[in-house]
Amino acid sequence: MSRVDRSRLPEPGPDRPFRFPRIARRTLANGLQLRAVTHSAVPMISIVLLVPGGSSADPADRPGLVSMTAGLLDEGSRGQSALDIADRVARIGGDLDLEQSADAVVVALTTLDRHVEPGLALVHEIVSSPNLAVDDFNRVRNLRLERLRQMKDHASAMAERAFAQVLYGRHPYGHLGYGTMASLTAATVEDTRLLHAAMFAPEGSTLIVVGDRPDEELLDLASAAFSGWRALGSTMRLDREAALAPPPARPLTRLGVVSRPGAAQSELRIGHVCAPRATPDYHALLMLNTILGGQFVSRINLNLREAKGYTYGVRTGFDLRRGIGPFVLQTSVGTEVTVPAVREALNEIREIATTRPATGDELSLGFATISKGYPRGFETATQVARSVAQLALHGLPDSYFEDFIPRFAQVTQDDVSRVAARYLDLDKMTTLIVGDLDKIAVSLPDLGLGEYQVLTPEI
Amino acid sequence: MQIPYTKRTLSNGLDVIVHEDHQLPMVAVNLWYHVGSKNERPGRTGFAHLFEHLMFEGSEHHDHGYFPPMQRAGALINGSTSSDRTNYWEVVPTGSLELALWMESDRMGYLLPALTEKKFANQREVVLNERRQNYENRPYGMAGMALSAAMFAPDHPYHWPTIGAPDDLRAATLADVHAFFQKFYHPSNASLALAGDIETAEAFDLAERFFGELPPGPVPDPVRAEAGLAASANLVLEDRVELPRLYLSWHSPAMFGDGDAELDVIADVLAHGKSSRLYKRLVYERRIATDVSAYQHSREISSVFQMACTAAAGVPLSELESAVRAAVAEIAATGPTPAEIERALAQSEAQFLYRLQTIGGFGGKSDQLNAYNTYLGDPGYFDRDRQRYVGMTAVAAAAAARRWLQEAPLVALSVVPHGRRELALPGATEVHVS
Repeated sequence: MSRVDRSRLPEPGPDRPFRFPRIARRTLANGLQLRAVTHSAVPMISIVLLVPGGSSADPADRPGLVSMTAGLLDEGSRGQSALDIADRVARIGGDLDLEQSADAVVVALTTLDRHVEPGLALVHEIVSSPNLAVDDFNRVRNLRLERLRQMKDHASAMAERAFAQVLYGRHPYGHLGYGTMASLTAATVEDTRLLHAAMFAPEGSTLIVVGDRPDEELLDLASAAFSGWRALGSTMRLDREAALAPPPARPLTRLGVVSRPGAAQSELRIGHVCAPRATPDYHALLMLNTILGGQFVSRINLNLREAKGYTYGVRTGFDLRRGIGPFVLQTSVGTEVTVPAVREALNEIREIATTRPATGDELSLGFATISKGYPRGFETATQVARSVAQLALHGLPDSYFEDFIPRFAQVTQDDVSRVAARYLDLDKMTTLIVGDLDKIAVSLPDLGLGEYQVLTPEI
Repeated sequence: MQIPYTKRTLSNGLDVIVHEDHQLPMVAVNLWYHVGSKNERPGRTGFAHLFEHLMFEGSEHHDHGYFPPMQRAGALINGSTSSDRTNYWEVVPTGSLELALWMESDRMGYLLPALTEKKFANQREVVLNERRQNYENRPYGMAGMALSAAMFAPDHPYHWPTIGAPDDLRAATLADVHAFFQKFYHPSNASLALAGDIETAEAFDLAERFFGELPPGPVPDPVRAEAGLAASANLVLEDRVELPRLYLSWHSPAMFGDGDAELDVIADVLAHGKSSRLYKRLVYERRIATDVSAYQHSREISSVFQMACTAAAGVPLSELESAVRAAVAEIAATGPTPAEIERALAQSEAQFLYRLQTIGGFGGKSDQLNAYNTYLGDPGYFDRDRQRYVGMTAVAAAAAARRWLQEAPLVALSVVPHGRRELALPGATEVHVS
């Protein structure tokens, strides 16, 4: 056998073909959109129900109500208690998640294939007729209030909260899903009933089922379970499109600090409001981010972690949503290197938009990283179901996965420079530090960001 | 569920395990070294993990970062270190399998010539940052270290945390790193699993071609140590937290040992999900706790069974302690009910399958094949592993709870807000963690 040639790395061979999921569709008479994908791997089934209007649909005086209501879905339904529901989930080996993002509520159940029918029935039941009983409401609210109190001790949770408030103010993206102690305290069980009736309806929602059965059979099973779902009327007016309004102009906080005496590290966020998911520049922004801070070998991580040793890791992201989402850099750095770390991060952002544009080599690396790894995102039934849910949320075509790589391949260096100049604006950026103010205050003026503002995020 | 595989051992001692799965045009490369923080010594802790970092900084024939060529190939890459083992993995498009094997074999065979003081100093800082970020700056983040220190004698290999002590990390020298590599990082102490879009015969040819030339290296002696508590301990740790939390920790049987699966089920029945006994009583009905957990933390030399519950505002930890002890006494007396066993089995079956949905990554098929091979010498242990659960009786589960929990000493740790020692269990002794 020939010895290994260690004078150079082996060249990657050609990519083998991959078939992206074929999505079957059906619309029920009640308006519910169904999607099904046949996925053969292990005998598991993934059920994902997408209900548009996440925490951004919270009533203005009740931040946290959508999340609270979603969280109550598995606390009992049709007269069965929360314990009964938990018992049913456990008996089918189910993994039930109730989540809300800024844009949608997602109810996801993964279970064994042989339990597909009880699984679908369970999801239908908790979504369409939860008990929303006062005793359960009080219990869950108390647990959430305790969680909020505990968040004060989490540097990253404080940073998320403060950053959303600074960037968005009273815009629907300006609060996190959990809401505040004041709003949770003021909320009533009747609020959750009204919100449930206004929000959880078949019209506008999408149910995705993925498993190792013919897609028509999956659609039939889903139809059988959900065709009886009826919208309930509600006096609450819910604005699912509230977040589509542009964030209001507000005075810029260039440098904000949340004081955390004795903190072992400084938690950082740097960014500004940026663009919606529907931007035609989506692919160029993805490329820009990959080069700037979206992967291990990105400029910022190689600088802050690998060259300087300031952090365990740093990343950037364009958190693109239905409305205008933010660009955010996030990391946690040693207290004593807070100022140099911020300076280096800002420099990297400045340079990619000006003096050191993305190179052809960076572009080809970014393309290979994303495109060659793309099939990996379709390995499990849950991955497939969640990807299809993203298409539904953003109104993307069923051919999206198939089209993605050819479209991404069209991004040029000029595109990346153009979007860097257009979407990254240092003059509008907020730098937020959650850390030991006593130790860093003296060096903060070195950043040249003006006076720092001490922020106290509302909990 | 069957995971068909073929295993061969190269002449240098490297175990190679191959599993075909052609669903994705990808192959998972998964390499376990049978070394972890248990192979360290007091005063030089954190080494195995620091070493994991250095493995990504280049080797003799590719003295650049490990990531760029792999990312150019579209690979997903990671590694992790526990007390028992270190693993490295890539999931690569099939066309880049040779690249991945080239690079894995180069860092196995030729790491040291490329390892400089500068890389070493840089990654030490990265690890110190990792420690601050994931432990020191996190509520209850130091509880695990305090418990390990109390459960195991100072010379026991599970006494210290995998992340290591800051002073030890700072004291480490390049010479220490060289010695560590030469002792543990070589074919006879490693296991390579290849799972995915590859023909078995070709996989073995490639493994032989890239790894066959490497010298076997010494086979390390197995680490043995006796663990036990002479008496129960009652400790308190102050931390930046809002709500006091009580941890209870017992010694328990080693991974795959008698009673290991039973205690796993006991943990589920006591505190997994809303229908578990303690969630139902403490969080749902009495509302004296905001969360409960129980976990059989299975490890190679010996395990720990750990429970934790966070007090609702104003509830003394002693009330939680009594409730937990009562639940332990009860399950030790009568065991789980048939419905609880049925539920636990359904959950364990599903969790078992969840892990097998992927070819690579943490917990995917390649990782599981290597786990069984490294700990038991049998990559095909899947069915026997499942049988430990399927055949379980209430009597056996009760006996395990009696022997390992109810009749055994334990360490209780109260984590309380700074300056609020009075919230701890009465009589608790203060501990400090650096």
